[in-house]
Amino acid sequence: MDVILFLVFAGIAVVCAVNLVVQTHPIASAISLVGVMGSLAVLYLLLGGEFIAAVQVIVYAGAIMVLFVFVIMLLNAGAEQKSGGSLTARYLGIPLLIVLLGLLSFLIRIMLPPSEGVRFGGFTGGSPEAVGRVLFTRYLLPFEVTSVLILVAILGAIVLARKELD
Amino acid sequence: MSFLSLSLLKATVVAAVLLTTLAYLQWVERKVIAHIQLRLGPSRVGPHGLLQPVADVIKLATKEGFIPPHANKFLYLFAPFLAVTLALLSISVIPFGPEIEIFGIRTEMQLTNLNIGVLFLLAVSSMSVYSVALAGWASNNKYALLGGLRSAAQMISYELPLAVAVVSVLLLANTLSLRGLVESQSGFYIGFIPRWNVFQLPFPQVFAFLIFLVAAFAETNRIPFDMPEAENELVAGFHTEYSSLKFAAFFMAEYSNMITGTCMATLLFLGGWNPPVPTGLGANYFPSLVFAAGGAVALYHGLHPARSRDRYSLPVVALVFFLVAAMLLIPVVQGILAPVFWFGAKVGFLLFAFIWVRGTLPRFRYDQLMRFAWKFLFPVAVLNLLVTGLLVAVVSK
Repeated sequence: MDVILFLVFAGIAVVCAVNLVVQTHPIASAISLVGVMGSLAVLYLLLGGEFIAAVQVIVYAGAIMVLFVFVIMLLNAGAEQKSGGSLTARYLGIPLLIVLLGLLSFLIRIMLPPSEGVRFGGFTGGSPEAVGRVLFTRYLLPFEVTSVLILVAILGAIVLARKELD
Repeated sequence: MSFLSLSLLKATVVAAVLLTTLAYLQWVERKVIAHIQLRLGPSRVGPHGLLQPVADVIKLATKEGFIPPHANKFLYLFAPFLAVTLALLSISVIPFGPEIEIFGIRTEMQLTNLNIGVLFLLAVSSMSVYSVALAGWASNNKYALLGGLRSAAQMISYELPLAVAVVSVLLLANTLSLRGLVESQSGFYIGFIPRWNVFQLPFPQVFAFLIFLVAAFAETNRIPFDMPEAENELVAGFHTEYSSLKFAAFFMAEYSNMITGTCMATLLFLGGWNPPVPTGLGANYFPSLVFAAGGAVALYHGLHPARSRDRYSLPVVALVFFLVAAMLLIPVVQGILAPVFWFGAKVGFLLFAFIWVRGTLPRFRYDQLMRFAWKFLFPVAVLNLLVTGLLVAVVSK
């Protein structure tokens, strides 16, 4: 059951990711990205990280991507023109991509030490309590530094937006 | 009984009750608004217009489903589908009562008991922005687009105070499971004040409750925050171009979101199915009393009929009410239905408040709406969270 669900949602994630690149309209691409985020959340859930899965949907799919879609709708960006594409890209692209993927997987296989396979639901540190405990003890400094970084980014955005008004 | 068949049975019951409530909520809304405005409301189809929802469903289902030219067909059809799916999905984690035993089968009165139930509800509600925004964009209509944009901005803005208000409750309860939240609110202070989160020490969550309710109005696009469908500015907003069953889907989603919002308020702040008075003071007999009183009123009007046909219809209604009241006195039935009665009564009261507000308040202007969210509601919610956190830390030490 877990394996079937994994294959289905991994498939959806890959199809959505490809669709994101192939689509010419920005809205369609953004919706595909939401699909990727959603299926990733299901994969987290399968692994036992229920808190991360919920946060993935709330933050990425539910807040950040809504802003993306909002901005695209506000600017009313139309579909991109499709360029014909060069002949080399058309005939050499896919074989080269397959070669690249094959090489990558081969390298990963021989470079990395053999590890135990992933067991579905085997990860037990995914509960909100566990995540909170680790976040506020072991990873306190990175967590706080990240929040300061985000604050700086917000302030920077406001300053940049102000300048444009004058 | 196996897990699968039990789940199917529960899902069937919940779906039947939910869909009936959805259909009749709309009738109740029209009736209540009509009486607020000194009108009669639906009164032609069936007695007191009680068959109006059936007529509406038949009308919507048999209308022509028109797809406007130049619309993005896939997203145009996907948006109402998404709206109704997400709206119906959230009912699956809401608990209606405690663990019960019927014919030797122990089960929880809930479809599925998630240990992150609160997060699940927030996730589903944050996804429902897409249905409105995409519907507005895909219709290829300027009014629909403006409605979709307004709703996207509004729903993101009001999600923040809503989530922060929920967090302060979670600090008190120390759990994310909806069932655990309700159980943490059982019991009474000095014998008669319920330990609901609106009264819970060290810091009663009255402010969080009010913030939650206001944000829930905005999240469900209801008056006074119904900017996405402000008809005097935007025709019908995001669903201008939708007809027949696609329109019905949006309609259903709106009412379903209303039910989810009120259920969440009940579970988080009003103690779920916990009665407002201790069992020693007769909490379990209260449901019978309410139904008996309803029966008595119907009987009185049946004996002093305003119209000739009331002489026969109202005594029958009274008899049904008395039978329900008598049934609720049986201990086994009482144990199962009394919590559901309290849950339903609280949800029903909040739903009435939603309708009441719609009949009372005018619509905000759009800039007022945004200023209210960011400059008042959100700071107040954060302040409430800080005070709650401080008091919880001091007391638990």
